[in-house]
Amino acid sequence: MYGALLLTVVPLVWILAYVALQGFHSISPAFFTQTPPGSPAAPGGGFYNGIVGTFEIVGIAFAVAAPLGVAAAVYLSEYGRGRLGYVVRFVAETLTGVPTIVIGAFVYAFWVVRFGFSGLAGSIALAIVMLPLIVRSSEEALRLVPMTLREASFAMGASERRTVVSVLVPAASSGIVTGLLLAVARAAGETAPLLLTALGNDLFAEYNPTHRMSTLSLQIFNNAISGFREGQARAWAGALTLISIVLVLSVGARVLRSRRDRTLRPG
Amino acid sequence: VSVETARQSNRIAPRPRRKGGDRSFRLIVLGSALTLLALIVGLVVFLLVRSWPAIQHYGFWSFLTSSRWAPSEATVTSRHPNPYGIQQFIFGTVVTSAIALVLAVPVALGVALFLNELAPARMRGPLVTVTELLAMVPSVVYGFWGVFALVPAIRPMVGFLTRTLGAVPVIGIPFHGPFFGFSYFTAGIVLAIMILPIITALAREAIATVPVDEKEAAYAVGSTRWEMIRAVVLPHSRSGLVAASFLGLGRALGETIAVTMVIGNRVLDRGTSLFGQGATLASAIVNEFTEANRPFHLASLFVLGFWLMVLTFVVNAAGRLLILRREVKR
Repeated sequence: MYGALLLTVVPLVWILAYVALQGFHSISPAFFTQTPPGSPAAPGGGFYNGIVGTFEIVGIAFAVAAPLGVAAAVYLSEYGRGRLGYVVRFVAETLTGVPTIVIGAFVYAFWVVRFGFSGLAGSIALAIVMLPLIVRSSEEALRLVPMTLREASFAMGASERRTVVSVLVPAASSGIVTGLLLAVARAAGETAPLLLTALGNDLFAEYNPTHRMSTLSLQIFNNAISGFREGQARAWAGALTLISIVLVLSVGARVLRSRRDRTLRPG
Repeated sequence: VSVETARQSNRIAPRPRRKGGDRSFRLIVLGSALTLLALIVGLVVFLLVRSWPAIQHYGFWSFLTSSRWAPSEATVTSRHPNPYGIQQFIFGTVVTSAIALVLAVPVALGVALFLNELAPARMRGPLVTVTELLAMVPSVVYGFWGVFALVPAIRPMVGFLTRTLGAVPVIGIPFHGPFFGFSYFTAGIVLAIMILPIITALAREAIATVPVDEKEAAYAVGSTRWEMIRAVVLPHSRSGLVAASFLGLGRALGETIAVTMVIGNRVLDRGTSLFGQGATLASAIVNEFTEANRPFHLASLFVLGFWLMVLTFVVNAAGRLLILRREVKR
């Protein structure tokens, strides 16, 4: 069992250390403020446009998926005990298992063929990736709220909407936020669906989400497989940046969760 | 536990008048839930609609009976043979995921047993976090690391295997041949690390349901810790562990970018060596999607997507059903 633990810890440390080493070697202030040079073989430049793209695309995806996901979770935990609730829960589980590349192909088929590659198409794909994760974690958080809180709220004459919005969601907020953060972290690291939707654009910094956009993950992918040392150096700096963003989000989520566990512990 | 139950259980007071806004509130949350249904239906419909031209032209099953993917040979008129055979992709998907499973399941089980049965309570939290952090590393970073750090590291081991096992007749075939770094085997190792966290987490859940009194009973008759695990924990959690493996497998089957970066992307035919280059359903899609310019090329990639979806759905559903049956039994 100690051997097994070692086999889990070693890859993690290896990956993090390797990325940190290579990343710090090639990262510079310019990396955060410049776009890549015209050729992957040229040195210098940075992933400014990809950082912008990641924040913008994930931000829009979050703005769509978070309210939708929490509302669906409210349905499942508060009203969804019948057949329909069972079906929706099953569908959420199924969606979690759908490969993200298939989600990318789907968004291509219903959006990109009409409106072209765009950051917005990437946001739609990422929203679909995030949605089932948010639904599941939020439903779990809502179910943990004690029944007595609902009864107390009704006893004071509150409506169902009022009970959910002012009592249940605040009571479950740390669990919900944990789930949201993890979903954002997951989406920020996605590459495959974006290749089929946002496509990437390394010529200049693009802010308009209806145009093709780059993200950190796309730039890492393209530069990593470019075969040029200079491109790979940028990709390592990008990998370090992306992994830092993702780890901050997920460690933040975990801190929040452990704090909640402490407050929920009886006695 | 729900708003509805709280209402209904309150029998003494007259049923409260439905407050204004409750109806629209219910409609909003119901609509959000139905979005999920619409998504899954849309997913299947759009995949089929987009792959329809190729299916209609070549026939539904002809994709599965060939292992030759040669878009350059496709023409607008010719129907036979189908230049878009996908057997080798299914082979690659299954083989890489199988390697991943073989490597990851024992490790995950060991870690789960350690965390639940052996680790001091103080260490448990941080160690759980460590195992879960592996799940947060982005796929593209796994692939990048795989190419530059993992491949050089496993090269000596692969060399050893080709010299020893590869020299044996018949059973040596999968271990034969040159190793260029990109291979089914490399992809399998990367996948193993990527699915380790989910299998560990689900295995821990399964192990945690073993009744304490049975564990204590085993100790009471003088079992050592290992005997207790073998006699009580493993039999009790077997179906849960199988379910964990299925769900890990489901994850591995659909993984795209990391695999694409380390598998070599050989699409024309199927190799025989695990150390040779190959491709999976997902890697073929992402590689050719934006460059598909041959007749029925893009539609055939949607056929790949359709089968990938079917494959992952079957495996995931099997895993979920196992878990559901366990919960019903309890």
